[in-house]
Amino acid sequence: MHFFSPVLWQFLVKWLTEFALFPPEASAIAPYMDAFYFFLLLISLVGLVLVGLMVAGFSIMFRKEKNPQATHIEGSTLLEATWTIIPLALFMVCFVWGALLYFRIYNPPTNAMNIYIVGKQWMWKAEHPGGQHEINALHIPVDRDVQLTMISQDVFHSFSIPAFRVKREVIPGRYSTVWFRATQPGTYHLFCTQYCGTLHSAMIGDIVAMSPDDYQKWTVGSTSGQSLAQNGERLYASLGCNSCHSGTAGARGPNLAGIYGSKVTLEGGRTVTADDEFLRGSILNPTTHAMAGYAPIMPTYQGQVSEEGLIDLVEYIKGLDTNDRVHQTLNDSNFSPSQAGATGAAPNYRSRQLTGADQMPDAKPDTSTSKGMGPSPQ
Amino acid sequence: MSTIVRLPNQQDATLPKRSYLNSEYGLKSWLLTGDHKRIAILYLISITFFFFLGGAFAGLIRLELLTPMPDLVASDTYNKLFTMHGIIMVFLFLVPSVPATIGNFVLPIMVGARDLAFPKVNLLSWYLYIVAGIFTVSALVLGGVDTGWTFTTPLSTHYLNTHVITAAMGVFIAGFSSIFTGLNFIVTTHRMRAPGMTWFRLPLFVWSHYAASLLMVLGTPVLAITLVLVALERAFGIGVFDPTKGGDPLLFQHLFWFYSHPAVYIMILPGMGVISEVISTFSRKRVFGYTAVAFSSVAIAVFGFFVWAHHMFIMGVSNYSALVFSLLTMLVAVPSAIKIFNWAATLYKGSITFETPMLYAFGFMGLFTIGGLTGVFLGSLGMDIHLTETYFIVAHFHFVMVGGMLMAYLAGVHFWWPKMTGRMYPEGLSKLAAFTTFIGFILTFFPQFVLGYLGMPRRYHAYPPEFQVLNVLSTAGATVLGIGYLLPMIYMTWSLKYGAIAGSNPWQATGLEWQIQSPPPTENFIETPIVDHEAYDYEWLANKTPHEVTTVG
Repeated sequence: MHFFSPVLWQFLVKWLTEFALFPPEASAIAPYMDAFYFFLLLISLVGLVLVGLMVAGFSIMFRKEKNPQATHIEGSTLLEATWTIIPLALFMVCFVWGALLYFRIYNPPTNAMNIYIVGKQWMWKAEHPGGQHEINALHIPVDRDVQLTMISQDVFHSFSIPAFRVKREVIPGRYSTVWFRATQPGTYHLFCTQYCGTLHSAMIGDIVAMSPDDYQKWTVGSTSGQSLAQNGERLYASLGCNSCHSGTAGARGPNLAGIYGSKVTLEGGRTVTADDEFLRGSILNPTTHAMAGYAPIMPTYQGQVSEEGLIDLVEYIKGLDTNDRVHQTLNDSNFSPSQAGATGAAPNYRSRQLTGADQMPDAKPDTSTSKGMGPSPQ
Repeated sequence: MSTIVRLPNQQDATLPKRSYLNSEYGLKSWLLTGDHKRIAILYLISITFFFFLGGAFAGLIRLELLTPMPDLVASDTYNKLFTMHGIIMVFLFLVPSVPATIGNFVLPIMVGARDLAFPKVNLLSWYLYIVAGIFTVSALVLGGVDTGWTFTTPLSTHYLNTHVITAAMGVFIAGFSSIFTGLNFIVTTHRMRAPGMTWFRLPLFVWSHYAASLLMVLGTPVLAITLVLVALERAFGIGVFDPTKGGDPLLFQHLFWFYSHPAVYIMILPGMGVISEVISTFSRKRVFGYTAVAFSSVAIAVFGFFVWAHHMFIMGVSNYSALVFSLLTMLVAVPSAIKIFNWAATLYKGSITFETPMLYAFGFMGLFTIGGLTGVFLGSLGMDIHLTETYFIVAHFHFVMVGGMLMAYLAGVHFWWPKMTGRMYPEGLSKLAAFTTFIGFILTFFPQFVLGYLGMPRRYHAYPPEFQVLNVLSTAGATVLGIGYLLPMIYMTWSLKYGAIAGSNPWQATGLEWQIQSPPPTENFIETPIVDHEAYDYEWLANKTPHEVTTVG
């Protein structure tokens, strides 16, 4: 062979020495996925061999030289029922097995740590709750459930980690989630698998799975100093959200403390769960998310807050247990204007912040006045 | 109940003095013809052109992927290459391939009719196809389009600066061409069958074309609506798909796949019809379980409409709707399995010969089995998460569309070539081409399954270096495959003048099209045939007296 083409020979040698048919099994789900893959390979192989044997066997046995006269056969209901029912049964096994895996991969455990991902042409931005920002990389601890809440700020992307056997579309205008539990420390490929324009194939990155200790070190070493919730808090103040969502009696907007995860009643009587998606939607399309009992006076913030800013706000509202915290942090936080730019806050942030705080000097959470609200904040 | 095969003596055969080919002369007689056979030839020439155009793009794609670095063409050019490859191959080759050429030519003769129900609509459909081709080629010449053949929004509507609307117009018009073909087949099958030609005496080729036609007529309008919405959104920003205007980008996916999944069956069903004819003819035996094969075509057409969301399992559809679509996907796999087993069982106790169409049909069975079974991988919800949008899916649909459909198309072209032209193709060379195609195909696309499980995403211009060896294998295979496709083109052209004269029934096949002269006269039948036998009745053929063979002039 190498007389024929040295280059090809070199490739074949290289391939045979670094022979890989499977990506590394680096997540808790990967062995289950591979087991299912082997089952599918097995039934495919059986099917293929069966068809191959029938075609080759009959071709040899009944070739014209051997069998000059064809025998008329109409069909056989029994045989046909057999090769209808057996494949059907096997496909049903695949269906159930596949569905179990799917529900496991797409239903995150409740205690998973959450990281936000924003996709844009052509990069991945990761936002850790602790304020670590990464581009085209994601550092995660092993042996811990990690949930990704992802959104695209332009076109469809898809977040794929072959070594973890997980993937999910990243959609403009809506959060999608995926979770995994890394088992092996190492660096793995991150691909965008949904075609997204010119540099689609450059929208790649590294997933760095680290031991808990290393991860701890990394977290401390790469934080920007402001958690997402803190950024969100500033943005909340700078946009003047607290002028209506003050949590006081007779406030024009609903009380946001403890709203996350609760059931809220919308204008028209529909009840929905206030999840990330609902919070984000309320900021961008207030009219379609108007809550019962409040005048639909909220303006849209479409175009005024970036996806990262929305994540900050959502993260802030999620952690909002009481209105006390709003006021406390508003008064205590050490603010520097240079950090405001990163979150999209206006330069005159400080004055607006103080104004906002001054309007409600010592407001206490007043749950009795929060109409149509979920559980009372403690 | 047995049949002795007596192949006619081809040395004695002569070309008939008058046939559809020489009844009229001049370009005008071709461009204004209403004859389904001439229109089929027009289609044959035009789709061959587009096949090689699309094939050239595929060649460039594979050449670029020889190395992990993006070095042969720029990223934008690469994106345009795979987009144009997809658009041309799907809409201008695969969808019209078997129905518009072979179907157009033999379907009316098979049912015993003089022409299709609406000859002028049939001609219109070819003109629409040409207009669609002109739009597509002008999108190409003006600088190309890089949406991917799926026209995914919001990429296609807001983020690209290329000729999206021109290309979408091309596809839109090609859709109407396909609707008219389907309409013609449905009406012809219902209304124009010869006396005695009951539904269950129809060749299975007609059944599968009937099923595919239903899909064309019912599915294609949805594609047209989708593309109009994309064009309106792009030109005027109507906001149906744009989330910032309250639109839903997933709606586009639903609409697009509502057509484009049935389109897969529009492409494959006619090919399955060809395989039924070829396997039966060269085993000299009726297709095993005629009714099951006929109804499995209809079942595929019906179920085919209810599986579209399996293209969207990872796109955030509700988990429970994913569950339903996965279940239906498993159900649609069953009729395909039935067909494969029935064809294999047809060989049992046959009297088999291995002419070129039969070799292509065997190729189809092997490759389509692999393509179908890997479809089960992708239909299984959990496995789809890992495999979708990777090279696994590229390999899967190429096994079905190229390994399956193109093999069937080539089987059909070789099988009916003597009928269309009155001359035989060279047997030795064509067997070589069949083997070359098969080997080249396996080498090209099998490594892509492995690449896919390793995680290499589709539509990647550059890739991590560890995937190189498999990509080199694939490119090497594509070279072989290219030769396999060029060969028939060359020897078929050669045979037009130098091929042996075929005679009316070189394969001793039972279809009505084989009982008339080759090439057929313009009016197909001198007198309306009266059908008094079942399809694939080789007994009847053996007892048929020679003077019944009709030749004009």
